[in-house]
Amino acid sequence: MIGLGHYLIISAALFSLGIMCVLTRKNAVNVLMGIELILNSANLNLVAFSKFSAGNIEGQIFSIFIIVVAAAEAAVALAIVLAMYRLIKSVNLDRADTLKG
Amino acid sequence: MNPQILLDLRQFYPELILTAALLCVIIGDLAFPRQRRSVTFFLSALGLALAFSFSLPLFSAPAGTLFFGVVALDPLAVFFKLFLILTSLFVLLAVPGCKEMPQKSLGEFHTLLLGVTLGMLLLASSMDMLMLYLSLEMVSLGSYIMVGYLKNNRQSNEASLKYLLFGAVATGAMLYGMTILYGLTGTTKLAGIREVLAAGITTGDNAVMLFIATILVLAGFGFKTAAVPFHFWCPDVYAGAATPVTAFLSVAPKAAGFAALIRFFFTGLSTSPVNADYWSQFSFINWQYVFIAVSILTMTFGNIAALRQSNMKRLLAYSSIAHAGYIFMGAVVLTSQGLQSILIYLITYLFMNLGAFFIVIEIFNRTDSFDLEDYRGIRRRSPFLSYAMAVFMFSLMGIPPLAGFWGKLYVFAAAVNGDLIWYAAIGALNSVIAVYYYARVIKTMLIDEGEGAARFSIPWTSYVLVWIMLLPTIGLMLFWNQIERITADSVKLFLGN
Repeated sequence: MIGLGHYLIISAALFSLGIMCVLTRKNAVNVLMGIELILNSANLNLVAFSKFSAGNIEGQIFSIFIIVVAAAEAAVALAIVLAMYRLIKSVNLDRADTLKG
Repeated sequence: MNPQILLDLRQFYPELILTAALLCVIIGDLAFPRQRRSVTFFLSALGLALAFSFSLPLFSAPAGTLFFGVVALDPLAVFFKLFLILTSLFVLLAVPGCKEMPQKSLGEFHTLLLGVTLGMLLLASSMDMLMLYLSLEMVSLGSYIMVGYLKNNRQSNEASLKYLLFGAVATGAMLYGMTILYGLTGTTKLAGIREVLAAGITTGDNAVMLFIATILVLAGFGFKTAAVPFHFWCPDVYAGAATPVTAFLSVAPKAAGFAALIRFFFTGLSTSPVNADYWSQFSFINWQYVFIAVSILTMTFGNIAALRQSNMKRLLAYSSIAHAGYIFMGAVVLTSQGLQSILIYLITYLFMNLGAFFIVIEIFNRTDSFDLEDYRGIRRRSPFLSYAMAVFMFSLMGIPPLAGFWGKLYVFAAAVNGDLIWYAAIGALNSVIAVYYYARVIKTMLIDEGEGAARFSIPWTSYVLVWIMLLPTIGLMLFWNQIERITADSVKLFLGN
């Protein structure tokens, strides 16, 4: 029987993978994928809690909002990455090094 | 439609006006291609001014919540509404006189400014984790674009990319923390969380999870307020963004972040007897000590890193990090006096910090540089700007009788009254360190000799704007009774549901 614990373990794994992806990847698009993983781990948590422990629907509503915000965030993020590509012909984060100190 | 929603909308005028103004700016930008610059400017200024005047009567409205407990309407929320709208208005007024901004296409900028302001108003009054997350993202997404507004400027683009990546991770972590809180308490309402926690659901494991969730949520607030260790974006973003945007970011989202932080931790994670002016945290989440650690790290790091900066915007960025550390002090002590000191500090910080940035804008317009090296001998070229900058720097140092001193006095007094004398002493030591780099700016501008000799010609609008910042910085103490009374009235949080 699959219970709350299984969902929480998967979501914790997703969260950790997302953080690892953000910390290690050099390609801006890959980092954005890591951020999506973090947001989706939160979604999984919310839906699982809503079903198994909280006993109300607030969590599922919350997760729908998160999906929408994630789409908006991806749009803004890709626009900024695109602007970066236009300026320096690269999406490698190591090339974003003009600001230091 | 539910009649309650219609009634609630009447107390939602500031937000509605800002939304209407935002739409009008978009339409005005398209409908009047010739006069778009002035049309969008006046529409947004009008929108902000109207929103400000419609917020004032809400002060006396009975404290409560709107829209089924999602948005709070209490004096604290109204105070932050007024504060944030005023900040946006000042920044808006500074934009037309700034050479950095693309003056031909500012319509989108005004839209973004109004949108972020709307988000901040909601952030400062959200009583529900869902609302908190949505408004936080609304503020963040708008500010990412504002930072990258100089499309062909590599630094601006890079700054917005860094801001975005840090912001997305910080809010993602915050969201994960919120989901754990929801799982433990079964509600997303802050007041509901407090009630469940007060009833005592916490056994050993749950207490650990609760602590982890609290830290994760703090990451989001720490990002917005630029507190160590979530500050890494701050200097780069402040340096890369156009100066009016930097000025805006250094005051408004920071204040909104503090408002949300106060609401989250005081409403959700601590209890207060009815009509008492102190709170006590739940024994199983010792967030007070986390706050003390964050605050001390923030002010010490900010001040020490500012010592070796040679770029004016980076220097002010680190200085604003340090000020966030002082402001945290007021949140640590868990009393009304502490909250009042936060509000007073924010008022003084608004005028002195915006003033300093406005002068940076003026000097950049003439010299095309943010380097402290190029500030040498400005006294000969423009005595007004130099002496005004000196006043702002003295105020940021906390020299009496300027505004900054009173802010610091209240914050330190709150810490001393909270039996944290050592903590106040660390704060005082920090403001001694800060004297060095602020004094360096004054010395560079007033004493050092520079090369250029031509006097600056400053338009009258800039004079007026700097004076608007200068007068409160100098004369705030003359109105101290009123400020004391307004802030004391404003610290009333609505804690129910």
